[in-house]
Amino acid sequence: MRLVVDLNRCQGYAQCAFLAPDVFTMHGEEALMYDPGADEARREQVMRAVAACPVQAILVDRTDAPIALERAQAHDR
Amino acid sequence: MTVDGSARAFRQHGRVVVVGASLAGLRAAETLREEGFVGALTMIGDEPSEPYDRPPLSKQVLLGKVPADGTALPRRRALDAEWRLGVAATGLDLTGKRVRLADGQEVGFDRLLIATGTRARPWPRETEADLDGVFVLRTADDAARLERRLAARPRRVLVIGAGFTGSEVASACRERGLEVTVAERGPAPLVGALGGVIGAVAAELQREHGVDLRCGIMVTALEGDPAGRLKRAHLSDGTTLDVDVAVIALGAMRNTEWLAGSGLGAGPRGVACDAGCRAFDVHGIVTDDIFVAGDVARSPHPLFGYQFLSLEHWGNALAQAEVAAHNMISSGPDRRPHLWVPAFWSAQFGVNIKSVGVPPMGEELIVTQGSLAERRFAAAYGHQGRVIAAVTFDHARWIDFYREQIESAAPFPPVFANVDRRPEGLRPVGADFPDPALPTHGPTVTLSGYSPSERRVTFTPARA
Repeated sequence: MRLVVDLNRCQGYAQCAFLAPDVFTMHGEEALMYDPGADEARREQVMRAVAACPVQAILVDRTDAPIALERAQAHDR
Repeated sequence: MTVDGSARAFRQHGRVVVVGASLAGLRAAETLREEGFVGALTMIGDEPSEPYDRPPLSKQVLLGKVPADGTALPRRRALDAEWRLGVAATGLDLTGKRVRLADGQEVGFDRLLIATGTRARPWPRETEADLDGVFVLRTADDAARLERRLAARPRRVLVIGAGFTGSEVASACRERGLEVTVAERGPAPLVGALGGVIGAVAAELQREHGVDLRCGIMVTALEGDPAGRLKRAHLSDGTTLDVDVAVIALGAMRNTEWLAGSGLGAGPRGVACDAGCRAFDVHGIVTDDIFVAGDVARSPHPLFGYQFLSLEHWGNALAQAEVAAHNMISSGPDRRPHLWVPAFWSAQFGVNIKSVGVPPMGEELIVTQGSLAERRFAAAYGHQGRVIAAVTFDHARWIDFYREQIESAAPFPPVFANVDRRPEGLRPVGADFPDPALPTHGPTVTLSGYSPSERRVTFTPARA
């Protein structure tokens, strides 16, 4: 799964680091580092982190279809 | 056909082309679909990969924690677009409404969004830039190459330029336990973006983390061995350094060459557009069908004296893309101005640095919370008696407060009752930005344009 954190919104509350520690890590006091290409096995943890974020800074895929698939579909149409 | 009718017809049947398939281009495309555009959508991007996020490249990727091809942006929805990736745009025919591509093809459009962003400024001498061991950092490929080299544990890395990218590269090197020298021609790191007072804090932070920081120094030459591998750097103070990796971090250049001769008001500072993201032509007249968003756009902002701002900010790329996309499919009364307050972040040497507003407009600075010495503080910048910007080191939760101060033109020095005021916060000091006439690394925010009160634009034709 793919995700991105809007680090302008992020205020270092670190709820994500508690709920999905293999994906989100605090670096120093406030800076968040994360894995943008999180393992699919972590999806439930990541979705809990998304829900728990006080400023709703975590954006995850709403569609997993890669571009290549879209291209193939467009070509078939 | 009424205006509203034409907007509705365009949503159904119009052809939109987006040039630039990175953050801004992707967000614009998503917004078009979300807002009901069902016409033809073509995405043109010069990099072969799907849109990806760049900020992790100088942090997680260089630390070896995330692969360079692992920062693809999440999809908010399916786009139903024709993707032309791996092919650069080479020209624009305004009259004929066509984009020319490097492969010789042309793509016709009814409305166009220019979102071609920036690229890293290369080392100016090509033979030296081509030495094995000389890197820039902008694309995923750049990051992959540099990370592989850092993993091989070079004896010493030289970072040329201590702006945000250069400082983040140096931070990653130190965290990997690598010796790193930073050469910065200005008086301090981050000085163009945050001024000399904050730059001095950044300098101390770097040195405390083991960076061999040399300010007021230029690199005059990079020397290779007969096999073409980087061996040595020559500095303007007469010293030489044995280095096997050099990272060129001299700022960004806007990708506007493809628009040369198109008739648009495009140049090294970006593509000029109005607050609704419509591009200006060279006569200063807004076009009807050409829109601009992201790092390549230069647009007036009413909170900052209608200065034309050219922002290399992630959040600006998103916000402006949304506004541009909305305006591309809306009639006049429904169009929106782009009013996002500039905000930026950087993580380096264990510190979360954030800024809001336009610090380079500030003449004075006051530390409002925390302490420079502790490396944990908030500081506000003042311009003509109002708060114009703020910067925080590990004080992120105050940023929204200062954004509100900026938006409401709150007075400077600030008069709010506050906690944690230290002696250094009793009075403002000069923000100590470099004289703009003196060369330094490019600022993150470029201020230009005409303001009745003080600033003038000087037009310098490109040299033949």
